Amino acid sequence: MTVKLTVFSGVGSLVWGTLLAAMRVSPVPLMRWFGTAYVNIVRNIPLTVIIVFTSLGLADIFGVTMGAPDDFALQGFRLAVLGLAAYTAAFVCEALRSGINTVPVGQAEAARALGLNFTQVLSLIVLPQAFRSVIGPLANVLIALTKNTTVAAAIGVAEAALLMKEMIENEAQTLLIGAVFAFGFVVLTLPTGLFLGWLSKRLAVKR
Amino acid sequence: MTSVLYDAPGPRAKRRNVILSVVFIAALALVLWWVYRTMDDKGQLDWALWKPFTESEAWTTYLLPGLVDTLKAAALSMVIALPLGAILGIARMSDHKWVRVPASVVVEFFRAIPVLLLMLFANEFFARSTDVTSADRPLYAVVTGLVLYNASVLAEVVRAGILSLPKGQGEAAQAIGLRKSQIMSNILLPQAVTVMLPAIVSQLVVIVKDTALGGVMLGFTELLNSRGTLAANYANVVPSFIVVAVIFIVLNFLLTSFASWLEGRLRRSKRGTGAVLGAEDVDDLNAAEVGGTFGTGADK
Repeated sequence: MTVKLTVFSGVGSLVWGTLLAAMRVSPVPLMRWFGTAYVNIVRNIPLTVIIVFTSLGLADIFGVTMGAPDDFALQGFRLAVLGLAAYTAAFVCEALRSGINTVPVGQAEAARALGLNFTQVLSLIVLPQAFRSVIGPLANVLIALTKNTTVAAAIGVAEAALLMKEMIENEAQTLLIGAVFAFGFVVLTLPTGLFLGWLSKRLAVKR
Repeated sequence: MTSVLYDAPGPRAKRRNVILSVVFIAALALVLWWVYRTMDDKGQLDWALWKPFTESEAWTTYLLPGLVDTLKAAALSMVIALPLGAILGIARMSDHKWVRVPASVVVEFFRAIPVLLLMLFANEFFARSTDVTSADRPLYAVVTGLVLYNASVLAEVVRAGILSLPKGQGEAAQAIGLRKSQIMSNILLPQAVTVMLPAIVSQLVVIVKDTALGGVMLGFTELLNSRGTLAANYANVVPSFIVVAVIFIVLNFLLTSFASWLEGRLRRSKRGTGAVLGAEDVDDLNAAEVGGTFGTGADK
């Protein structure tokens, strides 16, 4: 469950975060303004508040059931993915924006000199280079996301933290259970970090 | 920076920008309208639900005690985690393997585990193995979890801060015959502290946000938890969420602005090394050259 949460919200936040980053550098002032406001607001709200709100606010008041009005487990899972993606996207956006800033000015200038418009400059020239240079920071975001999925326990999604809470309350070997779950997370995050670290070295733009 | 990505808008581009703005406003307005309609339908906009926030009772009974608990947990964790993190960070750079290796293991281990797991575990541990009263237990558990996690993060901050200093500082201190402990406390740490300050303040934001975890999972009566009791009393789910979110945003926005102001100030006054450790740089540092920098002959 933890892995599923991570993968789905990881993909979601990547897409939404890229869109936000594009908005933040776009020529339309209103979109820039919206992107900045979104990032600053969402980054400063605790994830727990967001996750609990998706359940109590979005589902109960606004009637957003994510296509699963009767299946509470599925609904909770999808809401958790929504909350996690919305929250993580703000961090993805910030990482990407700093990546865009590392792309040398000449690249964009040359692209403009060729007559490319903003969308083309961003999607063909700048973003591909930016992505390669931010794999490291994005890896940290992904690892943080893996750990943040535990917050979904707050709305009853049966991932690692909730399982551990239940097990620890019912079984006697507190230490053992804690150690097993802790080890599970080390196993999840360590290879991710190592692999993406290797990838970022491998794909780094040589200048 | 942004202007590099596109040309100065001409007449056609200006028109297009206006059209895009209008479309964007329309989309935004549509979403807001939907939010407004559903809230109206569900009666969440009724003045009766918002009125409590204009009266003192909602604040003194629910929100302020919650805020106090949030700040208390955050402050306690910070005060304990900071020295612990400094010790761990310095221990990781020790010359002695038997100090360095355990410190590294502790730091890497607690950094890889979610804070929530640490809190849950600490809660259960306190319940079984100590005689902390059940009223105090959530606070203890939250603080323990936050301290363990943030001490290891701060250890990395400290280490990164010290490693960011020019090598010459340590070498020069060594050359004039200072001991290792003297080098650390008189030369390296004072310089590193200024470098690390912004990153430490940003970590404070993380701590404030993470206290909310304890409210949901452990029944720690912080802001988010008080929101629950408040909403149960006045039946104002959405308004209470908005108010609590705004409190968190204001609190953290103040902290982030303080951090970036500090960062800018430290960057400007390039007295020492000029190197300042931003919040994002912490994880990127790798420690290829830790061992043997302040090596032999320190105590001649």
